[in-house]
Amino acid sequence: MANSEIPKPAIRWHIAVFLAPAVLVYTAIMIIPLFGTLQLAMYKVVEGESLFVGLENFQKLFGDERWSASFWNALANNTWFFVVHMLVQNPIGILLAALLSSPKLRMAGFYRTSIFIPTILSFVIVGFTWKLILSPLWGIAPDLLGSIGLKSLYTPWLGKEEYALTTLALVSVWQFVGIPMMLIYAALLSIPDEILEAAECDGVTGMAQFWKVKLPLILPSIGIISILTFVGNFNAFDLIYTTQGALAGPDFSTDLLGTFMFRTFFGFQLQLGDPNMGSAIASAMFVIILIGVSIYLFGIQTRLRRYQF
Amino acid sequence: MKNRLLGTLTGLATVFAALGTANAQDATLTIESWRNDDLAIWQEKIIPAFEAKNPGIKVKFTPSAPAEYNAVLNSKLEAGSAGDLITCRPFDASLALYDKGYLASLKDLDGIGNFSDVAKSAWITDDGENPFCVPMASVIHGFIYNADAFEEIGIEVPTTVDEFFAALDKIKEDGNYIPMAMGTNDQWEAATMGYNNIGPNYWKGEEGRLALIEGTQKLTDDGWVAPYAQLAKWKDYLGDGYEAQTYPDSQNLFTLGRAAVYPAGSWEITGFNTNADFKMGAFIPPVQNAGDECYISDHTDIGIGMNAKTENPEAAKTFLNWVASPEFAAIYANSLPGFFPLSSEPVKLEDPLAQEFISWRDKCNSTIRSTYQILSRGEPNLENETWNASVAVIKGTETPEAAGERLQKGLASWYKPQQ
Repeated sequence: MANSEIPKPAIRWHIAVFLAPAVLVYTAIMIIPLFGTLQLAMYKVVEGESLFVGLENFQKLFGDERWSASFWNALANNTWFFVVHMLVQNPIGILLAALLSSPKLRMAGFYRTSIFIPTILSFVIVGFTWKLILSPLWGIAPDLLGSIGLKSLYTPWLGKEEYALTTLALVSVWQFVGIPMMLIYAALLSIPDEILEAAECDGVTGMAQFWKVKLPLILPSIGIISILTFVGNFNAFDLIYTTQGALAGPDFSTDLLGTFMFRTFFGFQLQLGDPNMGSAIASAMFVIILIGVSIYLFGIQTRLRRYQF
Repeated sequence: MKNRLLGTLTGLATVFAALGTANAQDATLTIESWRNDDLAIWQEKIIPAFEAKNPGIKVKFTPSAPAEYNAVLNSKLEAGSAGDLITCRPFDASLALYDKGYLASLKDLDGIGNFSDVAKSAWITDDGENPFCVPMASVIHGFIYNADAFEEIGIEVPTTVDEFFAALDKIKEDGNYIPMAMGTNDQWEAATMGYNNIGPNYWKGEEGRLALIEGTQKLTDDGWVAPYAQLAKWKDYLGDGYEAQTYPDSQNLFTLGRAAVYPAGSWEITGFNTNADFKMGAFIPPVQNAGDECYISDHTDIGIGMNAKTENPEAAKTFLNWVASPEFAAIYANSLPGFFPLSSEPVKLEDPLAQEFISWRDKCNSTIRSTYQILSRGEPNLENETWNASVAVIKGTETPEAAGERLQKGLASWYKPQQ
C-alpha cells in the first residue's frame, strides 16, 4: 500500500539531547533546592529530632506578635526599596539612554562605559566605599558639603532610622543604573531610521518624537526592566549585609526580606540559626516574587502592544 | 611540556601524601574560637609553648569572626565538622551546647580543681555537677582615658558621677577632643560598654543581679532604670555622627588621640598599647556619691571545652589540663593583658594598664553582666533587647522608663519568677 511507504516521522532525539544539559543543570541547582526549601519549611526540630509540623512555621511567622512584626517590617522596607528603584533608577536609566543615543553626543562610549562600570563591581566594594564616603568621621561627604557651604545638610545618614534605608536604596541605584540604561539604549538603537524619518516628515521632532514614537516602541523593554528590578530588589541582601551587618541597623530600619531570612536561617551574634524558620521565610519570599511576576506576565505583558518593523 | 607538568603534579602529590602520613601519626587538635584578634599570640607564644612540652600533639588555632561565631560553631557541630577544642562563650550559649551533647563533661579533668566556684559558674550545669569548659579569662569593664589630654586640659580622674560629667563638660568646652568615643551603629557597644559598664553601681552588683533572677527585683525598679538615665545623658558627649559610628571607628578615634575617654572592656588593652602613642590610664565606673561602695563588671568571658565527638580525647584532655595550669595562665595573661586569668593561683601581670584594671578587684565588688545567666534563655532574648534599648535611650528615641518597661514586659512573657 502506498501509505505504508511513507516513513513514520522519526522521534527527534536531538531535541531532547540539546535540552538535556539545561534541564539537568537547572533541575539540580534550582528546582530540587526550591522544593527542598519548601519541605524544610514544614519541619521543626524538637529535642534533636526533625518532625513534620505542616504549616506551623508559617503560622508562627504570621501569627506570632514578634515574628510577624519583623516580617511585615522587612516586607515594608523591601517595598520602599523597590519603589525608590522604580522612581529613581529606571527613569534615570531611560534618560541616560535617550541622551546616549542622541547622535550629537560626543564621547558617548566613554560615558556609557563609566556609568556601567559600577554594575560589575562587587557589592562588598560598593558597600564599603559608600560607607566610607558617608562616614561622619573619615568620610569625604561632610567635607564636600562643607566646601560648598552646605555642611548643615549633612547627617550620619546610615546611622539614622529615617534615612538609612533610602540612602542604601540610592547607593544601590547608583550601582545598577547602568542596566536599564544599557537595555533601553539597545532598544532605542534598534528603532529603524525609516520610522524616525517618517515621524520627522510628519513634523514630529525633538521631545515630541521621544514621547510619541520612541517611548511606545521601548515600552516592552521597560516592562522587562521593571520585572528584573522587582526580582532583584526582593532578593536583595548583599548591600545591606556589607554596610549594616545582618542586624540591619539602626534598629532594623534597613531590614529586607533577604537579611531577615539570613539572620533567621544562619543566626547572627547571639541569635542561633533556625533553618526551618529560615526556610519558611524563604518560601514566603518565593511566593511574593511569584505573585509579582505573575501579575506582570498575565496582567501587563499580554496587554503590551508590540510593533513589527 | 605536558609531560613535565604531569611529572610536577605527581611529584607534588607524593609530597602531599608523605605529609599526610606524617601528620596522621601525631594527634592534631583544632581549636574553634571567636578571638581572631589573638591569632598571632596563639601561633607565636601559646601553641609553641604547649608543643614544646608535649611532642606528638600539634595544635591549630582556627578562629572565625566574633559576630558569626555562635552560628558558625553550631552549624559545624551539627554537621560534625567542628574542631576538637571549642572556645566557650559564658553561660547559656555553652550550656545549650552541653545539653545537646556537643560538649564533653570535664568532671574528671584534674585541672578543673584549680578554679574557684565563681570562675567555674559560667560553664557548669545548673545542678553544679558537670563542668564542661575550663575557665580561661575574665574581662573587666571601666573607662580608659587619654592621660595626656587630661593633663593638657587640667582635669582630675573622676570618681563620682557628678565629677565624671563635669570632666566631660570641660573636655567639650576645650574643644580639642571628642569627650567620649562610642557609637551606636553596632548596638552591642552601647549595651556592653555602656549599660553593663556603669550599671553594677546602680543595681549593686551581685545583689541586684541575683534578685532579678529570683524575681524580687524588676527591670522597672530604680536600680535598673537609672543606668539608662545616665546613658541618655551621654549623647551630648559623643562625637558628631555617633549614630553611624562603628566599633572599630570608636577604637580608632581613641587611639588616634581624637577622643579623651573610652568606655572600655579590658580586652582593648592589647590593641590600644600597640596603636596609641600617648599615655593611657583607666578609672572605675564612677559611683553616685563620694565614698559609696563601688561595683565592677568582672565578667567570666572565655573558657575552653572539648568536643564530645573528638577523635583525640586524650590529647584534648592533655591540652585542657595545660590550660588549667599556672604556666598557661601566666603566658595568656601577659601576652593578652586585659584577659585576666581565673585560676586560683595568683599571676603576676606586667602591663601597667592591666595592673590598674585588676587592682579594682581588691577595691570593688565584682559581678558579671546582668543579662548573661539564665535571663537570656527565652524569647525575647534579654541581652538582645538590652542592646536595642541602650541604643534607643542614647539616641533619645525611648525614655529610660519606657525602655525599662519594655524589657520587663519581654522578660515576664517567658520567665516564670518575673510573672
